[in-house]
Formats: sequence, structure tokens, C-alpha cells
Amino acid sequence: MTELTNLTVAQIRDGHRAGDFSAVEVAEAFSANVAGAKALNAFIVETPEHALEAAKQADADRAAGTLKPLSGVPIGMKDLFCTNGVQTTAASHMLEGFIPRYESTVSQKLWDAGAGMLGKLNLDQFAMGSSNETSYFGNVISPWRRKDGGNAALAPGGSSGGSSTAIAARLCPAATGTDTGGSIRQPAAFTGISGIKPTYGRCSRWGIVAFASSLDQAGPMARDVRDCAIMLENMAGFDAKDATSLNLPVPNWEAALSSDLKGKTVGIPKEYRLEGIDPDIDAMWEAGIAMLKDAGAAVVEISLPHTKYALPAYYIIAPAEASSNLARYDGVRYGLRDLPAKDSSGGGAGLQDMYAATRAEGFGPEVKRRIMIGTYVLSAGFYDAYYTQAQKVRTLIARDFEQAFGSCDVILAPTAPSAAFGLGEKMADPLAMYLNDVFAVPASLAGLPAMSVPAALNREGLPLGLQIIGKAFDEQSVLNAGLALEERSGFTARAEKWW
Amino acid sequence: MTIDQATVRKIASLARIAISDAEAAAMEGELNGILGWVEQLGEVDVTGVEPMTAVIPNTLRLRDDVIDADPLTGGNRRDDVLANAPAAMHGFFGVPKVIE
Repeated sequence: MTELTNLTVAQIRDGHRAGDFSAVEVAEAFSANVAGAKALNAFIVETPEHALEAAKQADADRAAGTLKPLSGVPIGMKDLFCTNGVQTTAASHMLEGFIPRYESTVSQKLWDAGAGMLGKLNLDQFAMGSSNETSYFGNVISPWRRKDGGNAALAPGGSSGGSSTAIAARLCPAATGTDTGGSIRQPAAFTGISGIKPTYGRCSRWGIVAFASSLDQAGPMARDVRDCAIMLENMAGFDAKDATSLNLPVPNWEAALSSDLKGKTVGIPKEYRLEGIDPDIDAMWEAGIAMLKDAGAAVVEISLPHTKYALPAYYIIAPAEASSNLARYDGVRYGLRDLPAKDSSGGGAGLQDMYAATRAEGFGPEVKRRIMIGTYVLSAGFYDAYYTQAQKVRTLIARDFEQAFGSCDVILAPTAPSAAFGLGEKMADPLAMYLNDVFAVPASLAGLPAMSVPAALNREGLPLGLQIIGKAFDEQSVLNAGLALEERSGFTARAEKWW
Repeated sequence: MTIDQATVRKIASLARIAISDAEAAAMEGELNGILGWVEQLGEVDVTGVEPMTAVIPNTLRLRDDVIDADPLTGGNRRDDVLANAPAAMHGFFGVPKVIE
């Protein structure tokens, strides 16, 4: 029998249903992999008992004939989703020890669908980062290594770096991610897996630790396109507790998967052709275009004229929203409290001192940097020059996409401008790190569904991802184009086990 | 527009984050780098363009005006609300003395 931890979500679901193995066997196999992969630091908390309990229920449900869509499938949960009774930290010192008394809507939906939880996955602190180097609980290490014989530790991408590493290393078949400016797609690309950010509003934000609310969107990460479709069906759906939740039925994306793209048109944005880009990235993109043509699609060049302004607009809007959202961490209601000692005169150590000390102690450098930027651009006298201007540019970016979709159904571009970089290589310069999200951010600003699928290995033997961006609400076309690429790229490479 | 260390300390104070002089000095460079880079947005012609308010058009819903419309977010959950408070006492959030 194939090793259980090599199975995809669909294979586990179908194999369990057919009686090929028990859910308990699957849960135990993955939990053993999790326990044996401490070197990757993908999990902040391991919950084998949760996975086992769900598995026992799945086996009982099979006997009773009451199987659910994800019965028998254990998954990883990004530690940004509040889980009832299980520590939820957003990878921050601020929320260390925070044990929610409620369950996020998305995680609840997954448990209701029969899935079990293997643990809470590491991430960039408050989801702010592109390399998983800002976690208070240490860096996540990618299972991938360059084939140069060196053992340089590589970034798994971020912010959903625990999710990407755990899937690539076969610690879980699928995981949740969240994407604010590329945090599902870029880590998926860096680790040779798939991930989709649906249309803004598809997945409820209720119970997800907030970063930038107008951009935050949950989505699945998994080994292939079908698994992403299965997971997304069980994460999406209207939720009255999220004011921006879309009140639309959840399509049956898996059943409608089709890699036949006859009659579809794929747009290639000319502004994404950056000067001096890695030739391996360019070659992968060209190969992707050929694959979609082979699948029957027509290909046209499109223009998204405001592309170069997406990243600077994002780095005003996201920090502005973050500075507001993170104001809740005050040392009063939950999380860390640091109350400085009274000074020698017996004064001081009032409420304001407690706020400032708590926040100085509880936030890491990148989180502080973004709160500071956000506070500045929202401050009196600068609001219009920065924030209002950025929101106007955001309107133009969304309009660019709207016009482009007049002549195409989906857009094909690279997911990231490079393969995974080494840990520490970009930490000294925040701007260099931000530029990594240059291809991912525009779709986030426009709220559009976008996914990354693994497409090729570069000359260093590292995976590269192709991105498909679709029209609002049209996840199906994104998934279908992703499937067409997946079938043709024949990407089966995986990281060799060293951990 | 460049910001100096006094401005950095002012922003930190608005953000309620205590910073040392060394941190203020380091942040001065970092923030100026980032703000200098976002300045390029100024060159975009935004004449007649409305700032975005909703990324996907949606209407704000109203719920029925009843108590405990949602059992998860309704009332009577004092102990749950206080469960993670660093200094809950007598059924309240505890804070340092506010009024002298």
C-alpha cells in the first residue's frame, strides 16, 4: 500500500470511504510525521489528540453510513484562526498563552465537514512577512534545499510558511492559509504546492486574527488543484458574523473541474514583464503560456497600467488597517500585560505606561514598523496625502483588472519574482522583502481570486509557481486553468527528506 | 517628506509603543526608506477618481434588533470574555489606577 502520508485529500477521502484504510491509521501516520519534523518548526502547537478524535468519529461515521465531505482527513490549521480551547498566537509574544473560548467560522466549518486538526501552524507574526522570519516562535525552515550541495536553510515563504512547509514535507495533506498580499500564493510557490485565495468575502473572517481587514482572506493550501477545490468548498460560505461576507451559494468547484479551456482566453499582462527578471521565471511563464494554449485557450496580451503602484499602495493601506486593528492589544482584555514598576518617587506606572510597555514587549520589529507606518499615514495632516491617495490608486488598480477582463477570462503570471531565498538574506532591508510580493499584491488589492500552482524547478532545483488570477466570484475558471497547468507541467518533484 | 527622530517618537507615542533612543534612531532610517518609496504614488493622476471603500460591492446588512441574536456573540458570556484577561477581578477587567 502507498504510504498514507503521500496521499492527497481526495485519495484519503475516497480510500477511507472505500475501506482501504481507517481514518485512525491516517491520523496516526500524519501525527508521527509531525512529531518527527521538529527541525522544520512548522507547528507552534501539535494536537494529535484532536486529529485522532476526529478520525475515530470518521471511522464510526463510515460504519454508520454517515460520512461527511472531509471525514478521515487530518489538516493543519494556520495559527491565525481562533480554535476553541487551543492556544492561538498569531505567532506573537502578545498572544502567547491566549486560549480562545470560541471557534473561527472557517475552522468550525472544516470540523463540521469531518476534518481533524494535527496542530496549529507557524506563520509570520500577525501574518506580516514574506519569509516566516518574523514569528516569535522561531523561523520555519523549508524542506527544500538548493542542489548545490550546500545546506543553506531556505525560506518557506510567508506569511503561511508553516502551512507550506507542512504540506511540502508531508506533515499534513492540506492546511488553511490566509492571504493579505500574497501570503497563500507566495509560500505555495516557494515550496512546490498549490494554494488559492478566493474572492474577497468568500471565506468568513470571523475568528481570524485581523491584519488588514479589507484585504485579509482565508483559503486552502494543498498538494494539488483538486484538493484546493475540496478544501475551499468546506471553508467558504456566508456568515452573518462577518459584515463583508458574500451572501452567495458555495459552488461545487470540485465536481465542475475541467482542464478543457476551449473557448477561454488567457491574458498576459505586459506590465508584469519586469526588466532583469530571473530567466528561469521567464522561461516558466513562457512554458505556462504554451500549456494553456495546448489546453485549448486563446492567449492575448493585456495591460494593467497601474501595476507598479500596487505595492506602494499596499504598503500604505495594509499598515493603516493594521495600526487600527492591532490597537486592541492593550494589556487589558487578553494577551500580554507589562506593567512597569513605579519609579522611585512612587509615581508613574499608570494606564498609558502599561499600554506602551505592553505593546513594546508584545510586538516584534516588523509588526511595530507597520503599526508605526500606519499610524503616520493616518495621522492628522497626512491622511489625504497618503491614505486617501492610496485608496484612489486602489480604485485604479481594480479598474485596470475590470478593463482587462473585458478581453480575457483569466490572467497568467508568475507568482513571485524569484525562487525561495535563504533565511536571513532579505531581513536587513524591509523594502527588498516587500518587493517579493510584487506579482501577488495587485489581485489582493482588487479582491480577486488567485491561485499558485507549481510549474517548474529552477536551475538550483527549487520550485517555481505560476499564478492564475480570475474575475470576482469566478474561482472555477482559476481552478480549471490551474488544473490544465498541473496536468501539463507534470510537476512531481518533492523535497528530499533531511529532517 | 522626511521624518526626524522627534517625529518617530511622536508616532510611537500615538501608537502607544514605548521605544528606546536606539530604536528611534533605527526606525528613522527604516521609516524614511519606506515613506520615500511610497511617495511615488503622488505621480499617479487621480483626477475624478473616488477612493475605494469596498473591494467587492456589498450592502451592509441589518439584523433583527433583538438581544442575543447570535448565541456566540450575544450576552451572558462574562466568564468567557474575562477568561483571557491578564488581571480580571470581581467580574471586571483590572487596570492600573487611572484617577489619582
